[in-house]
Amino acid sequence: MRLLTHNMLQCHVKKCTDPALNFPLQLQDIELEQVETEENEDLLLNLINKVDYNALTTTAAQLGLVGLPNAIPKDPQADPAFMTRLHEVLLETNITQGKMACRGCGHVYTIKDGIPNMLLAEHEI
Amino acid sequence: MACGAVHFPNSLAEMALRALELLCLPEDQSSLLLDIGCGSGLSGEVLEDEGHTWVGLDISPSMLDVALEREVEGDLMLHDIGQGMAFRPGVFDGAISISVLQWLCNADSKVQVPKARLTRFFSTLYSALARGSRAVFQMYPENDNQLDLIMTCATRCGFTGGLVIDYPNSKKAKKFYLCLFAGQAANGPRQELPQGLGVDDPQGAASGVKYSASDRRLQMMQQRSKGGKGKTRTPIKSKDWILRRKELAKLRGEKTASDSKFTGRKRRPQF
Repeated sequence: MRLLTHNMLQCHVKKCTDPALNFPLQLQDIELEQVETEENEDLLLNLINKVDYNALTTTAAQLGLVGLPNAIPKDPQADPAFMTRLHEVLLETNITQGKMACRGCGHVYTIKDGIPNMLLAEHEI
Repeated sequence: MACGAVHFPNSLAEMALRALELLCLPEDQSSLLLDIGCGSGLSGEVLEDEGHTWVGLDISPSMLDVALEREVEGDLMLHDIGQGMAFRPGVFDGAISISVLQWLCNADSKVQVPKARLTRFFSTLYSALARGSRAVFQMYPENDNQLDLIMTCATRCGFTGGLVIDYPNSKKAKKFYLCLFAGQAANGPRQELPQGLGVDDPQGAASGVKYSASDRRLQMMQQRSKGGKGKTRTPIKSKDWILRRKELAKLRGEKTASDSKFTGRKRRPQF
C-alpha cells in the first residue's frame, strides 16, 4: 500500500465521526519498501489538490522520511526537487506489513503483504 | 466479488474499458480511480494501460492474493463495501465496478439488510468522489425490483444519473451500466447520460432509461388504468396446476384424491 492510499484512508467505524481523530490513521510496527515507478507530472499536480499535506508530512516524519518542506511551494511545477521527493514519498513508498490504529475509537487495521484489512465487526457498522 | 466474470477475462477487460469510457474523464488527464470489487485486478490493468492510478477493493482475500501474484500496479484493499468505505471526502476522480453491485443485494447473515448496506455504500461513495465525477457500475440485475432498490438508494444518497443499456436487443451482448453522477463541478460541463451502444431502432432508443419518481408513478398509473391488479390475474393454483401436481404425485407413488368435476373448485363459504 502506497503512502498515497494511507493519506486517503480514514476510520469508518460508524460511531467514529470526529474528523480530528479518525484521520490520519496512526501507523505502528511498519515495514517499508521502496518500489521505483515512473514520475508523472500530471498525476502529481492532480494529487497535490487531493492530498492532505499536513497529514502527509506528519506521517513521513514518523516513518523517518525526510526532505518534504512544511508547506507546498507556491508553484510546485517550477520546483523539480520538490516534485521528485513528493513522488518518492507518495507513490514509491509502500507499506508491506504493519498496523494502522484509529486515534478516535482505537480500531486497529492490520496490513498484510501490502493489503490493509478494512473489514469491521458487526457492532462497528 | 467479481467471481461471476473471472472465467471470461477478455470480456471483463472490454467491460472495464466501456465503463472507463462512460466515466467521461477529461482527456489526457491522469486520474485517481476507484475499482470496486477489483477481484484479481483485470479491470485495474485496463485503467493502468490508459494511464490512470487506481485503488482496488475486494471482499475476497483469495482474489486479492491472485492480484498480488500478478503484480498489479494499483493498491489493493480488503473491504466489504456494504460496511461503507473508509475514504476521505472528494479524493477520487471516478469509480468503476464490474459485475459486483448485484451481490450487495444479497443478505448472507441476519445482520445484513440489503437496503441498509446499499445506503451505507452509496453515501460513503458519494462523499469519496470529487464533485462532478462519475461512478459506473456494470451489473447483472436479477429483476426490476432489484434495479429499483439500487436506484432508489443511490438517489437518496445524492446521486443522479441512470441506466445505460448496450445492445438492448441482443440477448448475449446486452449489458447494463448504471451511470451515477456525484453532483456537479462548479465550472464543469453539464452531466448528461451517454447513449447506449447498438441502439438503432426507435424501440431500443428508449434504452437510456432515466429513472425518476414521476416515471415510476406513471408506470403504476398505467398499470392501474388497465383494469387493476385483480382482474388480469389468473389464480396460481388453477385446475391445470392441481392436475399436474397430482400427476406428479402419482408418478412418485403417493396417494391422491381421485379427479372429478369438483377438482380445483372453490368451496362455498361455510357460514
